[in-house]
Amino acid sequence: MVSPSYYLTLSAILFGLGVIGFLFKRNIITLFMSIELMLNAVNLAFVTFSRQWGELSGQVYVFFVIIVAAAEAAVGLAIILLLARNRQTLNVERINLLKL
Amino acid sequence: MPTLFPNPEELALILPQIWLAAFGLAILLLDFLLGPRQKWVNAFGALLGVAASGVALWRLRGVHAVGVPGFGGAIVVDPFFVFFGFLFLASTALVILLSVRYLEVEEEHRGEYYALMLFATVGMMFLAAGTDLVVIFVALETMAASFYVLTGYLRRDKRSNEAALKYLLLGAFSSGLLAYGFSVLYGMAGSTRLTEIGYAFRTPSNEIFPVVALVAVAAGLFFKVAAVPFHQWAPDVYEGAPTPVTAYVSVASKAASFAVLMRLFLVVFEPMRANWELLLGGIALATMTWGNLAALTQTNVKRLLAYSSIAHVGYILLGLVAGNETGLKGMAFYLFAYAFMNTGAFAIVILLRRKGVIGDELDDMNGLIYRNPTAAVLMVIFLISLAGIPPTAGFLGKYFIFLSLIESQHYLLAVFAVLYIVPAVYYYFRIVVHMWLREATDATRPAISPAQAVALAACTLVTLGALLYAEPFVRLATYSLLGSVVR
Repeated sequence: MVSPSYYLTLSAILFGLGVIGFLFKRNIITLFMSIELMLNAVNLAFVTFSRQWGELSGQVYVFFVIIVAAAEAAVGLAIILLLARNRQTLNVERINLLKL
Repeated sequence: MPTLFPNPEELALILPQIWLAAFGLAILLLDFLLGPRQKWVNAFGALLGVAASGVALWRLRGVHAVGVPGFGGAIVVDPFFVFFGFLFLASTALVILLSVRYLEVEEEHRGEYYALMLFATVGMMFLAAGTDLVVIFVALETMAASFYVLTGYLRRDKRSNEAALKYLLLGAFSSGLLAYGFSVLYGMAGSTRLTEIGYAFRTPSNEIFPVVALVAVAAGLFFKVAAVPFHQWAPDVYEGAPTPVTAYVSVASKAASFAVLMRLFLVVFEPMRANWELLLGGIALATMTWGNLAALTQTNVKRLLAYSSIAHVGYILLGLVAGNETGLKGMAFYLFAYAFMNTGAFAIVILLRRKGVIGDELDDMNGLIYRNPTAAVLMVIFLISLAGIPPTAGFLGKYFIFLSLIESQHYLLAVFAVLYIVPAVYYYFRIVVHMWLREATDATRPAISPAQAVALAACTLVTLGALLYAEPFVRLATYSLLGSVVR
């Protein structure tokens, strides 16, 4: 059996990549994919812990995270579509009507 | 022996949420049958839903202090939940009353708006009741997803689109952080129940996990309540969103996030208090500083109120830093008072919205005392309360927070908290100067619709009544603490 610490390290790396992608990328779709990557890293951690403890509620959590990610994607893509139609751009730096 | 279907006693525990969800779905269907002139029926239906939920919640008020756990310990109905439930229902009802006229002006009067508000309330109530990581996460996302759509509700308004996008991206990012923290919490305890995680925290098996969990969960929650350095989304969302939604986000979603923050910090992270007390104090101080200073230069009333709400978050967090009974009572009372005084202030901004005029710049307030004296006087009351000057609810909220800081010997924080009232008075009274001393730039007289009058009356009554006749309100805040949250 592979030690759980490998999975946890992989999960932490994936999560870190997601955070870095979110902070440094400029395309809205890429930002969204980075968030999905973060959530999948969370799923991996949950499944690993669930196996380690021999307890199922962690896997239940994973299913809910998948559902929530799908719902968030549905709402998010609707908003992005609306914005693309009204503004003809997907670059976050050009979406600056509201001052920062 | 667990059964497939919950028994009636357990269903009664979530009856308030069931009513809200049922009415929300009913409104979605009913909306198809209504002509363009009858859309107010949707608002009426939503108010009925809130009332039905309120009755169900009132039946639960007698729960004993430890609370009644339901669904295998996934939720708990304790006084803490009942208090916050009523707070959510009250602010939902106020915002519904304020929305009717606003949506008519915007020509976006559709049923989904009210349905989404009820769904958001369901999320908030489960958030306050949840004692399981799964419930908390799903409830948080139910609330957040409804708010993303409500923020972008004005489809043709580019500012509304942009606000929705920023809220969505930063909200989803913070949920990711929170979920990662939750995964570490689960890893420590091998259970998703908060109480078991709390036990695991008393005897942690290693040193890294508790710190990682604390940092990730705290960062995620600070995003939700808009504490510095995770506050950047708030001014943009507040400015771009439809004004009733702004009021709702600033009041109800903040209260819900604070409810879960209090539960997590007091049930799970309490054994690590030595580690997070300094962190939380620093965050609270930075939040007050930044909120108050940034508000000084704003020219848009909604942005000004956004920065002032960031400053209020700092004050509320101080109650948790103190961590004694007065502090927690102060947090509950502050959130309660804030719900009414802030909704009142936004209600006046809503009054100024009419065809062709957005009405949220400081200059739009000019000469309001000549155009609508009632609105101008009420605005002054709300602003006095927000600044924390007697005889208003805001003063009592601040008083409890200061008292708790002194009781727990955080003198430095208390001094800063008191000093920051000075800039607050300055920027709140800039609005008053515009209303009372500047010449009116346009001669229109904003009218108050009956629904808005009811909402304004309720806000005024609580804002003034909570100090002049404080006893029942303080008892309410004390009641909220009887629960399992405080041991």
